[in-house]
Amino acid sequence: MAIDWQTFSLTLQLAFAVSVLLLLLGLPIAYWIAFSSWRWKFLVQAVVALPLVLPPTVLGFYVLVALGPRSPLGRWWISLTGHTLAFTFSGLVIGSVIYSLPFAVQPFAASFASVDRKLIAASATLGASRLRTFFRVVAPLSVPGLVTGAALSFAHTMGEFGVVLMVGGNIPGVTRTVSIDIYDRVQAADYAGANQTALALLVLCFVLLMIVYSFHRKASVLNSVQ
Amino acid sequence: MNAHPAIQNGVDAANPAAEARLGCRIQKRFAGQQEFAVDVSFEAATGFTILFGASGAGKTTLLDCVAGLTRPDGGRISIGGRVVFDSSSGVNLPVAERHVGYVFQSLALFPHMTAEQNVSYGLKHLPSNERRRRTTAMLQAFRIAHLGGRNVRDISGGERQRVALARTLVTDPQLLLLDEPLAALDAPTKSHIINDLQQWNRTQGIPILYVTHSREEVFALGESVIVLEAGRILRQGTPHEVMTAPLQETVAQLAGFENIFDAVVEALSPDRGTMTCRLSGDGGSTAIETPLVRGGVGTSFRIGIRAGDILLATVLPRALSARNIIPGRILSLDQRDVMISARVQCAVEMEVHLTLAARDSLQLETGREVWLVIKTHSCHLMQRAT
Repeated sequence: MAIDWQTFSLTLQLAFAVSVLLLLLGLPIAYWIAFSSWRWKFLVQAVVALPLVLPPTVLGFYVLVALGPRSPLGRWWISLTGHTLAFTFSGLVIGSVIYSLPFAVQPFAASFASVDRKLIAASATLGASRLRTFFRVVAPLSVPGLVTGAALSFAHTMGEFGVVLMVGGNIPGVTRTVSIDIYDRVQAADYAGANQTALALLVLCFVLLMIVYSFHRKASVLNSVQ
Repeated sequence: MNAHPAIQNGVDAANPAAEARLGCRIQKRFAGQQEFAVDVSFEAATGFTILFGASGAGKTTLLDCVAGLTRPDGGRISIGGRVVFDSSSGVNLPVAERHVGYVFQSLALFPHMTAEQNVSYGLKHLPSNERRRRTTAMLQAFRIAHLGGRNVRDISGGERQRVALARTLVTDPQLLLLDEPLAALDAPTKSHIINDLQQWNRTQGIPILYVTHSREEVFALGESVIVLEAGRILRQGTPHEVMTAPLQETVAQLAGFENIFDAVVEALSPDRGTMTCRLSGDGGSTAIETPLVRGGVGTSFRIGIRAGDILLATVLPRALSARNIIPGRILSLDQRDVMISARVQCAVEMEVHLTLAARDSLQLETGREVWLVIKTHSCHLMQRAT
């Protein structure tokens, strides 16, 4: 059996949605982590980093419970849409966003923190608001970190398995991603199909990372001129 | 948007002379391993006021407090009658609303922008044609119009300093803070930029706080000098008053003079910038040439000489530029690590530091007759502690 392009397309959609959401959600969190001087900041940093060390099943389990009809969030969603979040594409996106959060926030925060504070101070003395300083100075100088964060969230979501299985199940066209598809094929002894799909995923992730690192190389060459 | 900020804040704008152009009272403590406190109070008029002091004296902290980058623990800061910080009434204007221009030592040019983009950065509130007009005028005034389209990474050090100044001045600040912005430049480039800056301020008439630790810059620029040490104002006045005044003895002792003696002024040579003092001690007295400071013949001073600034000779030196050659006898030689501390009896008892190799090659020993060689400018005059 050949590659199932529907699961590929679904996986790409998921990864794209997660990357975009993480850009929107991760930027303020990363900004806060980079610039806040709150003494309990390390607690937030630890929470953000949790998905790096937790087994995906643990995270998936709690996300499933949180999305289910017994949780306030789940009930609110049901009252809004009439159906539960668990085992839907939206639920999958929520689980994946949490799972990939550190992959976006940590590179974002690291690149914000490496921006010379004097540049931020200079921007303020020239009358710029924090928002303008962020968009005109901090963000442009953090582009390599932003690209890395977005690409890592994308690639990480492409390859996730445990959280998807726990939160999304395995519904073709709705929640069946490439990694689940490969697992299914192996279970069904379709080794040729599993191999083709796995190889396609491997190449895709490799190309993505290659683009990121070549971009980094260019950026570091540029920065070293200064 | 462009109303005078003093009017915005409802302060007496009609009579800016009612208050000094910059009024500044700041207390700030930094806790930690090396506790450090800044506690200053001064006023600055239009034109250059030099903040002079060694690194760590609190100059940059002071500028950061005025700009709003660091929050003082207490005090009051007003610029042209406009209060930007007042701990008693809780006023603390954010940096962006203070209208204080600040050129950092590192310049902090935006590295991802061209020279022109850097200069127009602070003019966002203006319509684009007005912004372009002002940017162009400022680039021309600072002779960098031909660099407008270049990335600031690709221009020379002196050109970067000009871009940094232009970027700050184009926003019409009401106070300008310069934190050693010209320290890295060669003298001709520096004096060109300073001329352009003085030219600019002839029409603007704002106070400029200029941080430096170079004596030459103090005399070249200063109408007024504030000497900072360990977070406090040591002296304030014109460069001539301040820089030729004798140091306070406490300060000199902190600075590590091993030899401190009483001396009385015997003769002045103002044309040479020197004077002759008489040192008196147990072993009689000797004349010594020192730099000229304020005070007439008969004035009592203390003279501080570092042990490492004194040379020892075993024969009477001749044809030497040093003006003070004093005969004496070695009382003792003590080894401290890899250094020798010699006590030499002349009119007074002096401590001299030399290397082990110097002791051996000169075959120095207790009782040996020697000559002490001291340069005029190694003699530091201090006021007697009162």
